[in-house]
Amino acid sequence: MGSQGGFYQSKEFLDLVKSIGEARSKAEEDRIVLGEIETLKRRISDPDIPKRKMKEYIIRLVYVEMLGHDASFGYIHAVKMTHDDSLLVKRTGYLAVTLFLNEDHDLIILIVNTIQKDLKSDNYLVVCTALNAVCKLINEETIPALLPLVVDLLAHPKEAVRKKAIMALHRFYQKSPSSVSHLVSNFRKRLCDNDPGVMGATLCPLFELITIDVNSYKDLVMSFVSILKQVTERRLPKAYDYHQMPAPFIQIKLLKILALLGSGDKQASENMYTVVGDIFRKCDSSSNIGNAVLYECICCVSSIYPNPKLLESAADAISRFLKSDSHNLKYMGIDALGRLIKISPEIAEQHQLAVIDCLEDPDDTLKRKTFELLYKMTKSTNVEVIVDRMIDYMISINDNHYKTEIASRCVELAEQFAPSNQWFIQTMNKVFAHAGDLVNTKVAHNLMRLIAEGFGEEDDTADSQLRSSAVESYLHILGEPKLPSVFLQVICWVLGEYGTADGRYSASYITGKLCDVAEAYSDDETVKAYAVTALMKIYAIEIAAGRKVDMLPECQALMEEFLASHSTDLQQRAYELQAVIGLDAHAVESIMPSDASCEDIEVDKALSFLNGYIQDSIEKGAQPYIPESERSGMLNISNFRNQDHHEASSHGLRFEAYELPKQTVQSRIPPASLASTELVPVSEPMYVRESYQTTIVPSASSDAGSTELKLRLDGVQKKWGRQTHSPATSTSSSTSQKTVNGITQVDGSNTSNSRTRETYDSRKQHVEVTPEKQKLAASLFGGSSKSEKKPATGHKIPKPSSHVVEKSHARKSSMEIASEKKASFQQPPDLLDFGEPTVKSAAPSVDPFKELEGLLEPTTQVASDENHGSTAAAATKSPDIMGLYTETHAGTYDKDDSDILSGLSNPPVTNMFGGTTSMQVAQSSKGPNLKDALEKDALVRQMGVTPTSPNPNLFKDLFG
Amino acid sequence: MIHFVLLISRQGKVRLTKWYSTYSQKERTKVIRELSGVILTRGPKLCNFVEWRGLKVVYKRYASLYFCMCIDPDGNELEILEIIHHYVEVLDRYFGSVIELTSLIICRKAYYILDEILISGELQEPGKRTIVRAVAAQDSLVETVKEQTGSISTIIAQASK
Repeated sequence: MGSQGGFYQSKEFLDLVKSIGEARSKAEEDRIVLGEIETLKRRISDPDIPKRKMKEYIIRLVYVEMLGHDASFGYIHAVKMTHDDSLLVKRTGYLAVTLFLNEDHDLIILIVNTIQKDLKSDNYLVVCTALNAVCKLINEETIPALLPLVVDLLAHPKEAVRKKAIMALHRFYQKSPSSVSHLVSNFRKRLCDNDPGVMGATLCPLFELITIDVNSYKDLVMSFVSILKQVTERRLPKAYDYHQMPAPFIQIKLLKILALLGSGDKQASENMYTVVGDIFRKCDSSSNIGNAVLYECICCVSSIYPNPKLLESAADAISRFLKSDSHNLKYMGIDALGRLIKISPEIAEQHQLAVIDCLEDPDDTLKRKTFELLYKMTKSTNVEVIVDRMIDYMISINDNHYKTEIASRCVELAEQFAPSNQWFIQTMNKVFAHAGDLVNTKVAHNLMRLIAEGFGEEDDTADSQLRSSAVESYLHILGEPKLPSVFLQVICWVLGEYGTADGRYSASYITGKLCDVAEAYSDDETVKAYAVTALMKIYAIEIAAGRKVDMLPECQALMEEFLASHSTDLQQRAYELQAVIGLDAHAVESIMPSDASCEDIEVDKALSFLNGYIQDSIEKGAQPYIPESERSGMLNISNFRNQDHHEASSHGLRFEAYELPKQTVQSRIPPASLASTELVPVSEPMYVRESYQTTIVPSASSDAGSTELKLRLDGVQKKWGRQTHSPATSTSSSTSQKTVNGITQVDGSNTSNSRTRETYDSRKQHVEVTPEKQKLAASLFGGSSKSEKKPATGHKIPKPSSHVVEKSHARKSSMEIASEKKASFQQPPDLLDFGEPTVKSAAPSVDPFKELEGLLEPTTQVASDENHGSTAAAATKSPDIMGLYTETHAGTYDKDDSDILSGLSNPPVTNMFGGTTSMQVAQSSKGPNLKDALEKDALVRQMGVTPTSPNPNLFKDLFG
Repeated sequence: MIHFVLLISRQGKVRLTKWYSTYSQKERTKVIRELSGVILTRGPKLCNFVEWRGLKVVYKRYASLYFCMCIDPDGNELEILEIIHHYVEVLDRYFGSVIELTSLIICRKAYYILDEILISGELQEPGKRTIVRAVAAQDSLVETVKEQTGSISTIIAQASK
């Protein structure tokens, strides 16, 4: 096909393109385009333009719209073009329509009919064009109109059509999963299509389906593996080769799918090991596409059940990425490192310098990726360095989106790993001061709660220290101009709660400061409200303590202003403050107890404390209370609405005829209960009696049968419906459900939080480099490897549950506590910095020794013996918690060790390692030290200390 | 999934846009302005990826044209880079030389070819030859259709008038 054959552009159009290309400024370009729009508007509405001209106009419209101007006046002409008989014109029409319209545009309804017709065309090119449009334009409402046609096309003789039909179905599934859920089997069927292109297209929807529901596709593991095998063995037609790689895009898709299927599934993963290993070996790492496949392999390996050999190959590939000069590969390497670190934390050690290089790289993208990696490896020993770096970077950038993200990460890390209260408060201050308006208000509330509840240790002095250091730093910060609103809210709240708690500051000093805040930020209602409430708290504390309160004059002036404020909220707060000040000490203490922000307020919804009073009144002859649902005769608008709503939502239109009534009296009730059958069967005797009384009169006068029906149709029925409806019961049940939901949600987020938390761990040992970098490396990766182990882990193990639970924003209700217990059950691994998804999935009941054997298969007998010995010793020596802990995690440790061991003692495997020079150094020097090191390792374990990554001492010894 | 494809010239002029996710006209203009600001100012040796509003944009420069694709944060960037290259190769094979594209890119063919490679934001055809064949088939059919309309159908149409 000659390159000039396809386009017929008039000189006019080419001139336009040219002049826009040459335009010097945006203004000039805009002027040209506006002129063009005028011309097009004039010409396009001309009733008889030749088709060819029209086609060009449409393309010019596309061009205009692409340049960011509004071309909606021409949309309808594009739609008209799709109706044309000539394929040439039709295609242009479809192209323009897909570019112009979004799926929710009003004009789409005009195209559906044309698409229907075109999908039935016997010219496959027409069908293809229509399918392209289907993928872009069809929305949830129009799917049913086209679904059967598209499904028929799955069996079309042309592969191009089948392929597009698959993609269209995939699109339908994305738009409205329910509409095509019965057709999912079609995807499986098409997986076996003769044409590799169709098979490849099927992988897209399957990937999505598997992401949603892994378990129902486990049976396909073998099929995917065998397809992947065939692809890597070059069984596909040569046409699918890309830069000498056999169908790399299909390989990548398959690897993605396998990663999902093998995640936490040992059996499925075992089937994949060979083929993934093959890809590692065959991949050409000199081409970009080869690296793309390699990267996907690493992702796959880090997702499926770990296999030491594959992990080794992955680590190898990562080190090649990181050592490359290409920034792209470095970026991918950092990303891959972040994935693999969850499984084998020790690999970060070899790359610490590469990581630091990336962190200091001028390239922002790379820097951010590295911060992400650091975020994943943060632990209590390196948190200060990492968070400081993050904050520095945060201050230096302008991109609000990323600023928000990095700020919330800082907060999260600080909350989890803060080494001291002082540091924590300072860090939070920095984050709030620089990104205060960007962080989620939730973060602010978390901070308040954290200050109120302390860090969870049952240590009141530490908590009060935290508070007073917070108060002090806030008083200091208040001197700065222009603080973010959220931060001011926190400050006001903390000053109100704890400003005078430690006695260092007088009430008048704190109130003075609060008044300053309210005055300085007079256009921020929320801050003012916080300040008033804080004032009220301080005065309440003073009154409760029996001291005389004298309001500062400025404070009084402020209150007067607020009493007349336009904001009702502020007004109310000010009046409340006034009222509180007038009360005596006893009353104040009961309405505003000091430091009670964390106490539960029990709400007695049944108002049982009034029972005595009611009893008295009834005895004196008062009428008993009738719940609203049981009262009759009164129409209530809200109930009406309720009723309507329920009818609409639960029934829509009713097509079945009403039952003919047998008895007049009974017939009254059924229509109502018909209207809301499943909703409320209220059968209170009293209600029935009452309704009889009110209704018998009309029923006596009305005829039976048909007139009865008519009556029901207008209005009367609603009256009846309302009564049976009993909104009270239904709403109460729904709210209770909501709370249940709320709790489960909270529970879920807790666990998911902890899940993300679980992996911050790795350590490095360093090789000699420039002193600065070395220092940074030391602080980030390994500097404190010795000190870190003992205090950190030893400190944490004894009470894992309380610690974490307190931190994870505990709220107290009986249900909550139960859920917390559940959460804390899963916590121990998180606390212990275990990034091992397999530990999670493998139930604790799994015999650790069995796992061990599985893992040790490739290693030498000696190694496994030693490992057995060490774990056994640890398990027997340490009682309850420790024992449990070692049992669940023994597998992982030993695997880490066995990695090293197999690397060291197995010559062929060692070759795999060869890529990394540092490891080679290790091997050459390991000789005599190895045994020593292992013994040390075992000894450390026996002492009950559990290293979080393979023992750093071991590494030190290995490296010499 | 690919959210959109953008072709921007070195001067920041838009050459081709294709949106697979829903963006209003206003958002589109904003996206283009933001991204061209970010991408065109990046140095030559930096990575070809930009994190942007929680998504990732992969770009590559060919002659004076930047090809950009925006993907989900968990996508494989190197793969997208190759999809871009794949597209360029097909364009190259079809048009002869990419450099020429700067002026021709606005023509429909570039869109048709893109439609053969990507559909609803997913790669649909990895075989280069298949794509070229598909586009060529459309062209040749269009030619024949045109001839027919030039001869038989017009005659019939005129006769029936």
